[in-house]
Amino acid sequence: MPEAPAVPVAKPHWLVRKGTIKVLWIIGLAVLAVLVYGDTYLTPHPHFGIDGTFGFHAWYGLLTCIAMVLVAKLLGKFIGRKDTYYDDQ
Amino acid sequence: MTISSLPPGLILVFGAFLLPIVGPFLRPLLVLALPLLTIWQVWHMPEGASPAFTLMGYEIITVNVDALGRLFALIFSLMAFAGGLFALNQKRILELSAAFTYAGSAVGVAFAGDLITLFVFWEIMALGSTIVLLSADTPQATKAAMRYFMVHMFGGALMLTGIFLYVFDTGGVVLTEMKPDTVGTALILAGILVNAAAPPLSAWLADAYPEASWSGTVFLSAFTTKAAVYVLIRTFPGTELLIYVGVFMIFYGITMALLENDMRRILAYSIVNQVGFMVTGIGIGTEMALNGAAAHAFAHIIYKALLLMSAGSVLYMTGKRKCTDLGGLFQSMPLTTLCGTIGALAISAFPWTSGFVSKSMINQAAANEHLALLWFCLMAASAGVFLHAGIKFPWFVFFQKDSGLRPKDPPWNMRFAMILFSAFCIGLGVWPEHLYALLPFAVDYEPYTDAHLLNALQLLLFAGLAFFLMLPMMKRTLTISLDTDWFYRRLATAIIDRIGTFIGNTDKAIRERTMSGLNSILDYVWQHHGPEGSMARTWTTGNMVLLVTIFLCVYLVFSFI
Repeated sequence: MPEAPAVPVAKPHWLVRKGTIKVLWIIGLAVLAVLVYGDTYLTPHPHFGIDGTFGFHAWYGLLTCIAMVLVAKLLGKFIGRKDTYYDDQ
Repeated sequence: MTISSLPPGLILVFGAFLLPIVGPFLRPLLVLALPLLTIWQVWHMPEGASPAFTLMGYEIITVNVDALGRLFALIFSLMAFAGGLFALNQKRILELSAAFTYAGSAVGVAFAGDLITLFVFWEIMALGSTIVLLSADTPQATKAAMRYFMVHMFGGALMLTGIFLYVFDTGGVVLTEMKPDTVGTALILAGILVNAAAPPLSAWLADAYPEASWSGTVFLSAFTTKAAVYVLIRTFPGTELLIYVGVFMIFYGITMALLENDMRRILAYSIVNQVGFMVTGIGIGTEMALNGAAAHAFAHIIYKALLLMSAGSVLYMTGKRKCTDLGGLFQSMPLTTLCGTIGALAISAFPWTSGFVSKSMINQAAANEHLALLWFCLMAASAGVFLHAGIKFPWFVFFQKDSGLRPKDPPWNMRFAMILFSAFCIGLGVWPEHLYALLPFAVDYEPYTDAHLLNALQLLLFAGLAFFLMLPMMKRTLTISLDTDWFYRRLATAIIDRIGTFIGNTDKAIRERTMSGLNSILDYVWQHHGPEGSMARTWTTGNMVLLVTIFLCVYLVFSFI
């Protein structure tokens, strides 16, 4: 049986190259910084007090999302099962 | 009954029966024409109630048109069009027929003027959707369809009992605003909430929808829960209980979707999450909140169908549905990736998409009513939507690791359907006034203020940062999460097994005792009457003579007495 020809290793797509990802992180963080800085140009109109603090939506979004992932992960410890769990039915 | 009493949904319901009859050349035309005809009819229906007719002493109003009903009827028929276009190359015609019956009866619900008409269309929806599921024709889908049908029959039974009691209390069947302060209205509310995938039976949705075919799930995502939202807006606006139910649904959806590995089950859980926003809005009950709930249902049907079309395209082209098997598809499915991402941005309420102009009305309504805790929950949930659906879905399906799969974009009709709904997602976001003009109440709300834009972008993009920071914890595994369906899939079956075993053992013991009793009687009889028994032995002549002599003596004695 003839040996299969070696498949040439394709160069990864430009979007997933390490350099691109690094640039994307830098751009992303810069955008986040600009967004938070944008708060200085707005007069806060808080509905409930704390939502008028500097960069509220930024830190609130970040912290609540981290909390949700942690809670989900913790819950997963109790309710997680192998995906073949119901297969014997 | 006059022609104006004929619900426009019947075009789809009866048209559905033509689909298997017409040939393969006419069928695609009919699949596209029937929904278009329904849209035209819905758009041109004059406002007001059709002439009532009497059935069993009750006034039946099959069609009652107002802005709210028209909004839902419009989006249901538009969904039938896009779903039909997407499913043109679905070989199981039964699925298309069932889907059109399902869609048509949803339109029927949107225009129903009385509880009897509502209930009839409600049940046809349950039947149609079950057949959509069944037509996937896999053992898993068949079992899921049976569970789905049971839950919906239970919901239907709650609703019907509620309607009976309501009619008994009030004497009328007109579909109108209610308060859940009697057993009848509470049961009607419970029946509607079953269809809205509210707790404790939320699990039916994520159990069933991902088991349908690549096109079936697109139809399923649109009608049942949103028809329930419509009926809730119509019947129970401002019911405080709905705020708690809605908030539970929102966070339940996020948490379960975060743990999920099946791409369509992620989106199924996010349906519950999104319907939670709508239910919360209905619970707040102000004009702004109800407008928000209705607008969000309209927008949601479009972007959720778009997301499921992109997932359906991946399934159609690769046959795979688990995130652990997917990834890197953006390289060969650019259009599907783009459309899926637009849907993901719209569900996340990203500015300039449809979700932004609809969901923010619900959030604003909570702020206007000074519901502080609720507002903070809704803000966290808005960030959470970006986390569980906005980024997670496209990231794990189209990006993350390279799975090595290089499928092409799907056939032209599926691409067109995705492009159409992508255009709607962006169009409604950029020109919200067209959607606002269709809402039940006059809209006094401007979504595009500097502060709102900045706040929304901060919230969403920092949620995005959280996703990438927590990525190691989000790694997909070959797991499922137990949900409340465990109670009827495992606990109930275990209990029934135990009861079955108990009955079996008891039955066995009773049979054994009875048999042993019968056997002892038989032994006794055998002992005395068997071949060796004393009663069956051959008697000697002497014995016989003796016996005859005794009988004669007895006879002699009696004859003298």
